[in-house]
Amino acid sequence: MEKPNLEYVNQLARGDESIKNELIHVIKTEFPEEKKDYYDSLKQNGFKKIEENVHRIKHKISILGLEKSYKIANEFEHNLREHSFERQKDFEKILTAITNYIETI
Amino acid sequence: MNCIIIDDEKMARVILKTLCNEVKSLNVIEEFSSAIQAMKFLNETKVDLIFLDIHMPDFNGLDFIRSLKSPPKIILTTSDPKFAIEAFEYDFIVDYLLKPIESGRFQKAIQKAEKFTITAEEAKPIEQSLKKEIDNDFYVNIDRRLIKIDLPSIYLVEAKGDYIKIKTEEKEYTVHSTLKKIEDKLPDSLFLKIHRSYIINIKKIIDIEDNSVLIKRDVIPVSRSKRPELMKRLDLL
Repeated sequence: MEKPNLEYVNQLARGDESIKNELIHVIKTEFPEEKKDYYDSLKQNGFKKIEENVHRIKHKISILGLEKSYKIANEFEHNLREHSFERQKDFEKILTAITNYIETI
Repeated sequence: MNCIIIDDEKMARVILKTLCNEVKSLNVIEEFSSAIQAMKFLNETKVDLIFLDIHMPDFNGLDFIRSLKSPPKIILTTSDPKFAIEAFEYDFIVDYLLKPIESGRFQKAIQKAEKFTITAEEAKPIEQSLKKEIDNDFYVNIDRRLIKIDLPSIYLVEAKGDYIKIKTEEKEYTVHSTLKKIEDKLPDSLFLKIHRSYIINIKKIIDIEDNSVLIKRDVIPVSRSKRPELMKRLDLL
């Protein structure tokens, strides 16, 4: 599985450590909230809400340079629109990978 | 250019602010996590440019665009370009940026915004421009006769196999057509498909219960998936 990275964050920060730290701080605080919202919405069984949460998380996936994972998230989002949970397990593996990664940054 | 940022995701707002700070001509005066908050702000403050996320829960970017009384320039931000297509029918949309937004692409969009001018006609409230559509009528072919139907007089369209039944204030018409075809002709500002077999004129609703609406004397079922959109379109006190 591909590994998350900070290439995009570094490009954006252009060497400014305060910008880089702010961006990392937002990832570290916002991603766990979004992940929680996703799992909460699964319990409620409403496809629309789950789809919205997947959509929000997709942005973090792309920011962390996970191109293949982004495609998987896209497919899962599309499947949810069709009321299917196909790709759920793959999507949740991505969440785990990001969770592990952000603990290291 | 004084600008505001509307995005439900903090990360997206921080990225946009970072990119805006690199451009001398841009001044971010406010940021909002919901379009409804931004609407209140825009009633009191003039802005030149809005960075608008399309895909937001509850009240999305397209709902926001339709609600603008005097639209400024707008740059859409989205993870999915297909969401931007519908918005491009509005003349004040300058560009759209795919997330994650690249610095070079952002600079290009700003250059476009700087050259972009909104004419007085384009700056008219959306409601007014939609009114033109509402004034329209259209013709249906019934028994080799073309019969004119006034759009606002329609209160219900019902699918009936290969036919549709169009109910107006005065008459009912049965036409060989599909719900999809007539849906394309009806202005979004007045009509809403609330069920796979029904399109209603939302101005003619008398009351709404959990899963149905009363429109004239007809009780029409509302699909669960269509209910939020219906509620959004109503003028609630």
